[in-house]
Amino acid sequence: MSIGHTLLGLLESGPRHGYDLKRAFDEKFGHDRPLHYGQVYSTMSRLLKNGLVEVDGIEAGGGPERKRYAITEAGITDVERWLATPEKPEPYLQSTLYTKVVLALLTHRDAGDILDTQRSEHLRSMRILTDRKRKGDLADQLICDHALFHLEADLRWLELTAARLDKLRAAVTR
Amino acid sequence: MTIPAGSLLTAQDLRKTYGPTTALDGAEFSIHPGEVVAVMGPSGSGKSTLLHCIAGIVMPDSGSITYNGREVTAMSDAERSALRRSEFGFVFQFGQLVPELTCVENVALPLRLSGSSRKEAERTALAWMERLEVDDLRKKRPGEVSGGQGQRVAVARSLVTNPRVVFADEPTGALDSFNGERVMELLTDAARSANAAVVLVTHEARVAAYSDREIVVRDGRSRDMERVV
Repeated sequence: MSIGHTLLGLLESGPRHGYDLKRAFDEKFGHDRPLHYGQVYSTMSRLLKNGLVEVDGIEAGGGPERKRYAITEAGITDVERWLATPEKPEPYLQSTLYTKVVLALLTHRDAGDILDTQRSEHLRSMRILTDRKRKGDLADQLICDHALFHLEADLRWLELTAARLDKLRAAVTR
Repeated sequence: MTIPAGSLLTAQDLRKTYGPTTALDGAEFSIHPGEVVAVMGPSGSGKSTLLHCIAGIVMPDSGSITYNGREVTAMSDAERSALRRSEFGFVFQFGQLVPELTCVENVALPLRLSGSSRKEAERTALAWMERLEVDDLRKKRPGEVSGGQGQRVAVARSLVTNPRVVFADEPTGALDSFNGERVMELLTDAARSANAAVVLVTHEARVAAYSDREIVVRDGRSRDMERVV
């Protein structure tokens, strides 16, 4: 999963401090693996350097300075491009897809479009395997079947998610 | 939508409601000769209504359907029936074989209805049954064959008139994955070699993988994924 894109997506709803970003990330995506502060600040400085975010304000307090980050137009375009690009079909991509779907819902994009595009990418791989299976010997058929069943499992998850988008929207925008 | 060059069958801005329910809300479709197009989408999305409309079984409330340069929505019931009989073939999920007839009589039925002699019709039917690897079932009745065999008989029947378009609505929905895939392999091989187009409604990805491209139907609207990606 791309932490940079996820943090950028979270910034689309409004400027936030690094601490707030970490909290929002952990709450929505980091149940098993919360972000370290170091990851947040190193990611933000990279995004800042690349012009995808800007510093919206600095609060001076007793402790270290707290920067508030805002997404730039280039940052929004970058998120848009990431969401619209299907993931390469491979095992365990659900966490990335889940993140994309949630971010699309949070930013009022069409999450169904993301799932349609991903289904199409999976089907592209499945067509290649099916063709190889048709032309191949039994060994080819068994190898292709194994890959096909894995891709099919991804798609079953995708269809179930598509059927639950309204519920998910209500849950994540609560 | 502009009509893609060389299309055999196209539908534009189809709308259809059943009482308060909107089944199609501006759906579009196109297919070329010899092409296999999967129509995918969740239950209730309108994919079967789309198939029924483009096959001339159900009339849309509005929109245009063009088959080989002819406007299907402007045809009379009799003209649409004749079109379906002569140009289209159909495979459904369940209950399509006539239980009182033998398998070869079932496959020969569309030819008999078009006026062929019994001998001629059954000779052609048997050739298609051989192609679908079910010629040994010719004297059996549908109740005496397995689901997978019955579906192959149904595929043979859908192809016996040399249709230019085969409409298949969840053709493997009642079969296990091994039999389902064999039916898809035989259906698409036979259709491709006859240059027949196949409109394949399915919710199964492994079945859709036998297509050349897919159209996704959601809330009565269609999305041609080839033009999106």
